[in-house]
Amino acid sequence: MGAVSVGSQFPQRIKLTSMTRIGLFIPCYIDQLYPHVAMATVEVLERCGVEVYFPTAQTCCGQPMANTGCTNETRPLAWKFFETFRDYDYVVCPSGSCVAMVRHHYDEYLDGTPGFIDLKEKTFELCEFLTDVLKVEGLGGRFPYRVGLHQSCHGLRELRLGRASELAGPSYSKARTLLELIGDLEITTLERADECCGFGGTFAMSEEAVSCLMGRDRIRDHLQAGTEVLTAVDMSCLMHLSGLIVRDKHPIRVMHVAEILAGRDPAIVSLPQEPMSNEKS
Amino acid sequence: MASLPVVNHARNAAEFIGDEKEVRRHDRALWFMRANRDIAVQSLPKWELLREKASQIKSHCMSRLADYLEQFQDNATELGVRVHWARDASEHNEIVYGILSERNVRKVVKSKSMLTEECHLNPYLEEHGIEVIDTDLGERIVQLRNEPPSHIVMPAVHLGREQIGATFHEHLGSEAGASDPNYLTDVACRHLRDKFLGAEAGITGVNFAIADTGGIVVCTNEGNADLGTSLPKIHVACMGIEKLIPRLRDLSVFQRLLARSTTGQPITVYSSHFHGPVPGGELHVVLVDNGRSRILGSNDFRRSLHCIRCSACLNTCPVFRRSGGYSYGSTISGPIGSTLSPSRDAGQFRTLPFACSLCGSCSDVCPVKIDLHSQLLVWRREIALRRLLPLSKRLAMKLASFVLRHTWLYETVGKVLRWSSRTLPRWLIYNRLNVWGRQRELPPIPAQSFRDLYKGSHDRPKRDS
Repeated sequence: MGAVSVGSQFPQRIKLTSMTRIGLFIPCYIDQLYPHVAMATVEVLERCGVEVYFPTAQTCCGQPMANTGCTNETRPLAWKFFETFRDYDYVVCPSGSCVAMVRHHYDEYLDGTPGFIDLKEKTFELCEFLTDVLKVEGLGGRFPYRVGLHQSCHGLRELRLGRASELAGPSYSKARTLLELIGDLEITTLERADECCGFGGTFAMSEEAVSCLMGRDRIRDHLQAGTEVLTAVDMSCLMHLSGLIVRDKHPIRVMHVAEILAGRDPAIVSLPQEPMSNEKS
Repeated sequence: MASLPVVNHARNAAEFIGDEKEVRRHDRALWFMRANRDIAVQSLPKWELLREKASQIKSHCMSRLADYLEQFQDNATELGVRVHWARDASEHNEIVYGILSERNVRKVVKSKSMLTEECHLNPYLEEHGIEVIDTDLGERIVQLRNEPPSHIVMPAVHLGREQIGATFHEHLGSEAGASDPNYLTDVACRHLRDKFLGAEAGITGVNFAIADTGGIVVCTNEGNADLGTSLPKIHVACMGIEKLIPRLRDLSVFQRLLARSTTGQPITVYSSHFHGPVPGGELHVVLVDNGRSRILGSNDFRRSLHCIRCSACLNTCPVFRRSGGYSYGSTISGPIGSTLSPSRDAGQFRTLPFACSLCGSCSDVCPVKIDLHSQLLVWRREIALRRLLPLSKRLAMKLASFVLRHTWLYETVGKVLRWSSRTLPRWLIYNRLNVWGRQRELPPIPAQSFRDLYKGSHDRPKRDS
């Protein structure tokens, strides 16, 4: 087992020892469709001085089945996740939604299992891991673009990565805090700060009309705000929004927050594929 | 009773979305309410504390509802109120008709009451020869059009002012083509004034009933409940049993939450307290169960009885704003309707818990902290358990779960699907069955998965299986 190298950038901030093992939880659709987002996640974590492990037994947290109500189909996947990650000291994942699944929706399957409470407490979404565990205060690099931050709902209202606009109290956003550490990056101001994009898992298909209209309304908001690069903590929201942006040929690039934090160039990564002209709707 | 046809929310919503201009107007009108609500909430210190208090008061009240109902009955009776108990909608309608017919009442004015909508009181009374006039402006508009309310607080929010102008022209003889809100309101006022003056009884809903005083509180912005109960001598107030609060002092918590959550007003324009009948008059209170005690008995859904019908969850719901109240096919629509309706008939309303992207905005906006989106998730589980899921969904989830249980199979299926997506011609991928691809592009499909990539060129992160 390799030693965890503590980087020179924030050595005193990390309460991690050489024995600390961090498991990388890559959601199935990021593994299959957005490997560059997973790579960017690894790079950000390494630049912050921690090394991560990728247990290859992992597949999916089971959220699609759980959100359809199919508990019998979810249970073995919750167990598989538990078995895969139980021995790590931390589990880090570039998705708010999948982390919310583990932290808030596994009780039904794993309640009372020794080690389960521990698993919930040590599983983190990437941004909160950076701000709350590593307490990152600088990232370096510059990103001279107007960035539109889409507040993915499960990260916002289940993990509380930011203050939802419905609630009273001081405003905060963990993803925004991190993005603001990057030079020349400007965050655009939206008319509706945190309205849902309409992805919603199988909702995107079973309620296609509402889903796509919700997405288009989000995109309109970003267009009026002057967003050049649209980002979020969840690639699933971005898959839906990007699908609409590319089809409608809007001048907005889409990047996961990890890609921006890793210093990727929007002109190179996440290149939208051009829809064929005869297939426009 | 035979089951009614299944409500197909997705199809109803697609129909509503067909009129792009109208759906945008609808969305913006409701978002305006939500935005005003946000301003009011942010300017009230201890908003979150108030929500918590309200939730606790309701939880407590529901935990001994029977006792409080009896206390309410005793105190109300002492004030000279006649209290009636209705097990279901038809008992409720019979009781109200009984009160009216015994006193030879033929003309009734009614202020807003979602309970009487739920019980379909209007058609029942009309069948028995009683004229019922809804006096809330929005309710009157939809009544003239022979439509149910599309929103629990703004019954005619689905209509533009031009449509309202046309309705008034047809039924009330206003000028053709008129759409000025002031003019139309004036027309409605004149029309309703006659009805108020001619009414022999007034029916109202109840926003709050207070156990320790026996009083009831009715909140309106138009004052129509006050007119409708001041002119006629007979007042019939209909309420669901969950509208009860234990003490008068609890009211201050709910009054601060209610109007702010709806429109952002600090309080409704009229908050009228009724403690017994007017001199020489009668006050009847009809307590209606109609399925509520069944919900009270359910650990999963009990909290939905906390609802004070403020409509904040409808106004905030991105799906409701874009699908309209009628798409839900039930009296109460939006997130709270999707939570309550399946309790009534899980088969008929099986699609409603899925008419939700699980964004959670409803739970955060709710002034009495009903965990609406979690309840909808529980309903999905219930619906799956009762085998009411479409076969295609059930099989897809079974198959996906089987694949995902075996890492090797997941890797293989992933490879095959990515390979075919990269290889097959576009027309074959974007086929008629590809719902995603109708309006959206699929992402560019990579040749290698993340696990392939790091196994290859990248030596980190460590393989750790």
